[in-house]
Amino acid sequence: MPGGKEIRTKIKSVQNTRKITKAMEMVAASKMRKAQERMRAARPYSEKIRRLAANLSHANNADYRHPFIQRHGEERGTARRLGLVLVTTDKGLCGGLNTNILRLALSSLRDWEKAGADIRVSCIGNKGLGFMQRLGARVVSHVVQLGDTPHLERLIGPIKVMIDAFEKGELDAVHIGYTRFINTMRQEPVIEQLLPLTGERLGTPEGHWDYLFEPDARVVIEELLVRYVEALIYQSVAENMASEQSARMVAMKAATDNAGNVIKELQLIYNKARQASITKEISEIVGGAAAISG
Amino acid sequence: MAMAIHVDVVSAEESIFSGLAEFVVLPGEAGELGILPGHMPLMTRIKPGVVRLKLQNQDREELIFVAGGILEVQPNLVTVLADTAIRGRDLDEAKALDAKRRAEEAMSDKSAQLDYAKAQAELVEAIAQLAAIERLRKRQQH
Repeated sequence: MPGGKEIRTKIKSVQNTRKITKAMEMVAASKMRKAQERMRAARPYSEKIRRLAANLSHANNADYRHPFIQRHGEERGTARRLGLVLVTTDKGLCGGLNTNILRLALSSLRDWEKAGADIRVSCIGNKGLGFMQRLGARVVSHVVQLGDTPHLERLIGPIKVMIDAFEKGELDAVHIGYTRFINTMRQEPVIEQLLPLTGERLGTPEGHWDYLFEPDARVVIEELLVRYVEALIYQSVAENMASEQSARMVAMKAATDNAGNVIKELQLIYNKARQASITKEISEIVGGAAAISG
Repeated sequence: MAMAIHVDVVSAEESIFSGLAEFVVLPGEAGELGILPGHMPLMTRIKPGVVRLKLQNQDREELIFVAGGILEVQPNLVTVLADTAIRGRDLDEAKALDAKRRAEEAMSDKSAQLDYAKAQAELVEAIAQLAAIERLRKRQQH
């Protein structure tokens, strides 16, 4: 029976692969639910802080204007110095998720570079960091190995590097790139402007309040806006994680299906080979018997 | 029924409390703050400490620990934006410096030249692989 043993070994190995991908699919499915919950849990905070920031940006009494807030009709000229916060995953095996966001980031970077911009990058996630380092981009901060739960505490440092640079006027604008979660089957890479905060991001305020500030307006507004930016980034990271788990689940499901197909094909080949060898043996026996009796 | 204010306590990671309260006590930066319905609009930082909520029509008080944050008061609404971590200018600064140092270390042995062509090639290859996998899958389904 030629190749019978090899085919059997091959089938066994594909079966093992299928077991692994199936397990990964199920793990991703359960993690996905949790990641989506976390994404939703983060919404009230960003919603509240957005409303507050909107109220503040329109409040007449604010005798202090923060550089984060873009005034109406006050577009900064072409941004010469740009920051990019790039959110990717730590691990692979999640389909085209990282490839898509990196491709988008790359084309944006190239466009900015062409326009003569000086770019700084802050990477959240291993994949983006590796890519940016190979690219030779100027990575000013990074954070990797976030695990399955994004913790704001770990993001504060790397984000502050960007925010500080913006506050000092070393950067004209900061963008954020991440994969937006649309639904389990669909995730979309996006690059949005983070700083200065644009009008449409903040929305319209629901009323005018003459706030009393303690200790003073400047300190409170500053803290609030920093937290707002952090909340936006946190939200992006949470969304990216939900996207990661869904993408991984889909990719692993595809891998499991493919392994099943491969096994089916191999089984067919194996059966044919077995049948062929049996037929051959029988014909040999018949031939031999005929020779003796004849 | 006593007057009540709507109180929301949220952190970046989750919503902690949302409901009606008759009286709220918070650790404000300038000292303890007691807030009753109809308080004037106020915005302040709060220190790490306990937020006490006297719930409506209940004797018990709800206690929530916050690691600092920002408080916003409107006449019938109190919002506490709680921090998930203890924050401080020095602490944040240290974190930022640490992040910077790590980035510099990682960058020190890399050339500064942007190698777009190589990166592009890598991406194109990855995309081609994905496309091939997609095609294979389609073919096997038919």
